[in-house]
Amino acid sequence: MIKKWKIKDFKQDQFFQLRSSVFQLYLKMSKIKTYEEINRKLKSGDAVILTAEEVSKMAQEASPEEIVEKVDVVTTATFGAMCSSGAIINFGHANPPIRMEKIRLNGVPCYEGLAAVDSYIGATACDPDNPGYGGAHVIQDLLEGKDVVLEAWAKGTDCYPRKHIKTKINIKTINEFTLFNPRNAYQNYNVAVNTTKKMIHTYMGTLLPGLRNATYSTSGELSPLLNDPELRTIGIGTRIFLGGAQGFVIWPGTQFHTTKPKNELGVPVTNAATIAVIGNLKEMSSEYLQAAYFEKYGVSMFVGIGIPIPVLDADIARRVSINNGQIETSVLDYGTVGMPKLGQVTYKELQSGAIKVQGKKIRTAPVSSLAKARKIAEELRTWLQNGSFEISKPVQLFPIDTSLNSLNEMEVEND
Amino acid sequence: MIKKRFILNFPPESGDKPLSYHLVKDYDIRINILKAEVYPGKMGSLLLELQGKKENIEKGVKYLTQHHVVCEPLDKRIHFQAEKCIDCGNCTAVCFAGALIMNKKTWKLEFDKNKCVVCELCIPACPLKLFEIDFR
Repeated sequence: MIKKWKIKDFKQDQFFQLRSSVFQLYLKMSKIKTYEEINRKLKSGDAVILTAEEVSKMAQEASPEEIVEKVDVVTTATFGAMCSSGAIINFGHANPPIRMEKIRLNGVPCYEGLAAVDSYIGATACDPDNPGYGGAHVIQDLLEGKDVVLEAWAKGTDCYPRKHIKTKINIKTINEFTLFNPRNAYQNYNVAVNTTKKMIHTYMGTLLPGLRNATYSTSGELSPLLNDPELRTIGIGTRIFLGGAQGFVIWPGTQFHTTKPKNELGVPVTNAATIAVIGNLKEMSSEYLQAAYFEKYGVSMFVGIGIPIPVLDADIARRVSINNGQIETSVLDYGTVGMPKLGQVTYKELQSGAIKVQGKKIRTAPVSSLAKARKIAEELRTWLQNGSFEISKPVQLFPIDTSLNSLNEMEVEND
Repeated sequence: MIKKRFILNFPPESGDKPLSYHLVKDYDIRINILKAEVYPGKMGSLLLELQGKKENIEKGVKYLTQHHVVCEPLDKRIHFQAEKCIDCGNCTAVCFAGALIMNKKTWKLEFDKNKCVVCELCIPACPLKLFEIDFR
């Protein structure tokens, strides 16, 4: 009879030794590539580039070891509403100059706490009297070359005597126009349903009462951070496709969370890691950056992001091979306070058009564009192929043990 | 036999005539009322599906027009800016008539206007505000 080994039979350090030597052996057995090697191949036109969907298909017949041999870069992409986005603008100085202390662009409030003529316009900013037009729309209007009305007020100082200005600006008149998004490209996202008797309007779309529909975001097996769940290649300095131009990952995104529950393949089953990104808006296109208004919720912006993942070793090959049947996400009730989890489903089920939750069949609909994400993955492949886009090794990797604080309310003393 | 949906707009003076009765009786058209609305001032709108011989439907529509009812095919009253669509899928989440669906291969939006029941839920659901339906 074969003795079944159990983990408790090992002492812990023995277990770690064994795990580490198995991993070493595994690495020795399979090929390892460097960023430099892959960039040389990209430059000479010899690199093999697949989209994450293509490599998932390939993996049905090829092992991770074979995939490292065959594939150099895998392109991933997403095109979804990403509320934590916005633009840095420098308006240039007028004559006489003004130290702008209250700023409006087409009536939308912009941040006034950055020197005299620097500002940041958040995608979700809006004038409450005109909730359907917000920061994202201003950014899109500027991007499309339209004139935008700039109005600003100030108290007037000795060096900035002016108190008011009302003028028009456009993409050519402003200096820097930089997309800086503090939180984009969520690694996985929840499915939204509504168990209540009332229709609700959310950033996940319109949710019909009584579990009549379910909406999901992310592009599943094509989604950037799901293809590199441990963030081995995506870190500070990673060059990416952003809004139709080259951009960069500059920091972990806000609400960066790496210790959320994962499935047996190590992929988070709910929203986890995020990235902060930056890029030159003057090079971008409204094809990949779209203002949006969600009924009774507010303004947001669809952002197109594509990230190339270099297939450095078998471990990364295994990660990018993941398919929709292996990626799971949580179904949350958006109609109930605290959003209780009602179930867990795969992207394969979500994309089939219906899921089963609590014994009930529910129709599904996406709220992020897979068609656009595919277009981005293709565009990024073209850039890589024609040598105009180099892959970059992160200057620093992200932390791996982060969690989040809630906002715990504390009593405020009356003064 | 053909099947086609029409939007009918009734002026105040035509509101109490049994026009649909005549469509059935005189023109042998099967009618299916999908949506009806009465507005202040005795004006009304109707979404009707007409099923019958092509020439009978043409005659029926002519009959309605003679009685001062504006009768237009549904697809002419639905305005969708397809060229601006980003194929996000938000509208498909609310369309239970099956008029708006995602193509499961290309993941692009497909819109079969003749399946629309004018529930109008797609109008607010579209984050780019690309739908307009002219029912009234």
